[in-house]
Amino acid sequence: MEGVIEQVPFDLSTQTVRELNQFLHQPADELAGCEVVVTHPNGAHNIAVGLNAPVHVTVQGHAGYYAAGMNQLANVVIEGSAGTGVAENMMSGRVHVKGFASNAAGATAHGGLLVIEGDAGLRCGISLKGGDIVVGGSVGSFSAFMAQAGRMVICGNAGDALGDSLYEAVLYVKGTIKSLGADAQLEPMTSADIETVSALLQSAGLKAEHDPSTFKRIASARTLYHWNADADQDY
Amino acid sequence: MCGIVGLLVKKPALKDQLGALMVPMLLGMTERGPDSAGLAVFGDPLDSGHRKLSLYSGLTPEGSHFEWTALVKALNAALPDAQARADATGNHAVLTVAVEPEAVKIWLREQHPKLHILSTGRSIDLYKDIGTPGEVAARYGFENLHGTHLVGHTRMATESAVTPDRAHPFTAGEDFCLVHNGSLSNPYGVRRKLEPLGIHFDTDNDTEAACRFIEWRLRDGDDLPTALQHSFDELDGFYTLLMGTADQLALIRDPFACKPAMVAETDDYVAIASEFRALAHLPGINHANVFEPAPEEMYVWKA
Amino acid sequence: MDNSPCAPKRIQTEESATFDRATLDYIHNAAAHGLYEIRGLGAKRKLPHFDDLVFLGASLSRYPLEGYREKCLTKTVLGTRYATKPITLDIPITIAGMSFGALSANVKEALGRAATAMGTSTTTGDGGMTPEERDSSKTLVYQCLPSRYGFKPDDVRRADAIEIVIGQGAKPGGGGMLLGQKVNPRVAAMRTLPQGIDQRSASRHPDWTGPDDLVIKIHELREITDWKTPIYVKIGATRVFNDVKLAVHAGADVVVLDGMQGGTAATQTCFIENVGIPTLAALRQAVDALEDLNMKGQVQLIVSGGIRTGADVAKALAMGADAVSIGQGVLMALGCNHESYEQNGQRIDATADYAALGARPGSCHHCHTGRCPVGITTQDAVLEQRLQPESGARHLKNYLKTLTMELTTIARACGKQNVHHLEPEDLVALTVEAAAMARLPLAGTHWIPGVGTY
Repeated sequence: MEGVIEQVPFDLSTQTVRELNQFLHQPADELAGCEVVVTHPNGAHNIAVGLNAPVHVTVQGHAGYYAAGMNQLANVVIEGSAGTGVAENMMSGRVHVKGFASNAAGATAHGGLLVIEGDAGLRCGISLKGGDIVVGGSVGSFSAFMAQAGRMVICGNAGDALGDSLYEAVLYVKGTIKSLGADAQLEPMTSADIETVSALLQSAGLKAEHDPSTFKRIASARTLYHWNADADQDY
Repeated sequence: MCGIVGLLVKKPALKDQLGALMVPMLLGMTERGPDSAGLAVFGDPLDSGHRKLSLYSGLTPEGSHFEWTALVKALNAALPDAQARADATGNHAVLTVAVEPEAVKIWLREQHPKLHILSTGRSIDLYKDIGTPGEVAARYGFENLHGTHLVGHTRMATESAVTPDRAHPFTAGEDFCLVHNGSLSNPYGVRRKLEPLGIHFDTDNDTEAACRFIEWRLRDGDDLPTALQHSFDELDGFYTLLMGTADQLALIRDPFACKPAMVAETDDYVAIASEFRALAHLPGINHANVFEPAPEEMYVWKA
Repeated sequence: MDNSPCAPKRIQTEESATFDRATLDYIHNAAAHGLYEIRGLGAKRKLPHFDDLVFLGASLSRYPLEGYREKCLTKTVLGTRYATKPITLDIPITIAGMSFGALSANVKEALGRAATAMGTSTTTGDGGMTPEERDSSKTLVYQCLPSRYGFKPDDVRRADAIEIVIGQGAKPGGGGMLLGQKVNPRVAAMRTLPQGIDQRSASRHPDWTGPDDLVIKIHELREITDWKTPIYVKIGATRVFNDVKLAVHAGADVVVLDGMQGGTAATQTCFIENVGIPTLAALRQAVDALEDLNMKGQVQLIVSGGIRTGADVAKALAMGADAVSIGQGVLMALGCNHESYEQNGQRIDATADYAALGARPGSCHHCHTGRCPVGITTQDAVLEQRLQPESGARHLKNYLKTLTMELTTIARACGKQNVHHLEPEDLVALTVEAAAMARLPLAGTHWIPGVGTY
């Protein structure tokens, strides 16, 4: 029957992550109309990794490492906090963390949207390859390290070495930046940037709280793109 | 290659439950450290005239059949002022003496060179052994431990003869211990700095270098924050360090903060572990303040 | 000769061993450019290696097998520890990880075809999986590197094994490198980089550090592949004994060990020559580690780094490896450092193109320039036509066949019906260094330095 959502519960105090992921790895037509609700996650690792269908998953509690890792097409909500590497290498889809995220949130993601309502730890968006990350709180040091493509919106503050070795990803920070990394520079916000930030905040559900025009734009100065002896490059 | 746990109870009524609360935390760190486990627990201190030493006989020929009573008798014959008595289970004993510990330690090293001195102090008892965290906890009755705070560790070893002397916590001086998750890149340099000062090393383990360095700073007169600031300057590599003193737990992470740490704090306790799942069972965890300690910050909790 | 009274009787032309010509060149070059030299291939200096070992063939106390009629089996199974679909190979020789980007698409296809024909595997590199390689290679190992360039779950799912790369022998502790001239549009797109830039890669993985976290990362990959796919862990040879033990503890199905002779397409020369230990020494330590944990046979060991001949393969197996992996030798079979290349059925001399690089066939290491005279380590549309997949595959298949024949010849001569029955006691050493590193007796004696008596 069209439009019927079937809630499928998984209780990780009695069932295993293996059983959960096995279920979630079924073909898209088997999962159509399912909304999976995971209870008692208790910091278990690898919850909902490698998803490859537009299925909805809610994790009622704290997730361990790599929650929604390598996500493709799925929509995952974590009502607590997430451990290291949430949504790492995500290709598409959406991952939403209501609490805080640990290190390497959204690491090397190629696409999709990662929303973290609280703070994110160090190296948020490290090696980003095209995804979008919106953080309601602050991010730790070395965030956007070697970020190649994609966009990050940080509503709080950024730690040390923001955007170190930045390629073509663009970062927007509302709060203070403890220090910029090698080759990262502040650039003026254009109307296109303001529009981008507005749209991302909207997708994240944070639009009402933050004025897009108060964000700062950080992008690559592109001075490290070619090795050059005379340029005193910071290697 | 490791998991760390720490627990400090804020309400005296919970002192009796310290062990029971901690055991599931330690078990939660089994995958990070399946080879050996160790634990230092701090309780009510002995008076200033007394000391206790935690001893491990697993490396002696008698192993868990070590003759503790005979040892106490011989010690009291050699050092009558010691008034030694021992509380022993298998390969572990807590030896209480009424003298400065140095003379006792010299005697022990001479008479029983394979007996391992785990810790010295007025408040600290220390256990470490090979086996899974579950096996070690059962062997020493960890669930019955009581005290104000503890520091624990599970280890993934590289040596095959997984020897307990390389397990954490490491101790130095009195009532000081340290556990470490990570890998120091200049431990030998640190060691070579300390050895000429008369500081003796038991193992080549990098954690022992960190432990003896910090204890040296404390003994030299630094307060804990100053000692820890020195270690940020001198220790190179990756580390989450959790330390216990007679009345404090202290936690630091290196500037790169690659090795994980999670803290949960309520009105009743402060709990620390490498992963949240080791904290998930604690009472009131759903309403606890759960956070990740920041790099290069010192977190100190007083018992 | 000048007859003036102050002229020296002989002109001094003694060269310094410390400041030899190569060193003078290095210093002059550093002064001119302010940047380290970057090159391809592996350590060039002479090192204790398999050449320093010889086999004790059959005679009166051991009987040989007849060639051809009496079978000598070469089948090799990898990844039996946890995976439900281990890898079965016809020969214990695999093709090492080399990136599309370092190599051309034609080369990747040639590797796949030859490997399929010989019943073995190829490995992707620091740049992702190309359709050419997946379609041509029956068994494909997919690398997961610190950079994660082109790393995708769809490719994870269609890989036959996953190889988590911690490091490689040419540069243990370093990350990948690809100079701008090789970052052409296709490479750039796969790696999500702007075209033409000098690519700097991370040396650590972005989302895990240390064996305790690697446990969890391996679990993640197993979960994503529903526990079907073997997980390899590749290390560059440094503290091998400890690293292999930690890899096993962390859950690896297979350990891949790359010695300092292992190649690269572009790395700082000082890194290649001065960091990492020889394959011979590394191999012995790796086997010790597995035996110490009683995991020999449960966790398989693949060794690479200067494997060149069937004799090398035989020696590596005898010392305890389950298989070898070849990178540089494979490229040489395709024509690397050959004076000529084959195009449209014709042999064409390439000496002038080598000279234009400042190189000569026989000593060229200019993979990093992207101007490979024989069309292998290039992204140039013209140059890459100098290596055609079909003829390249044929050459490589010939090489692999030769290696296999040499391997079985030696194994039969040692009385083995299965190449995996070769054992350390079949070998002796010719030098003291090799004896010490491999822990094998010096030929004609019982002496192993530091171990046995004379």
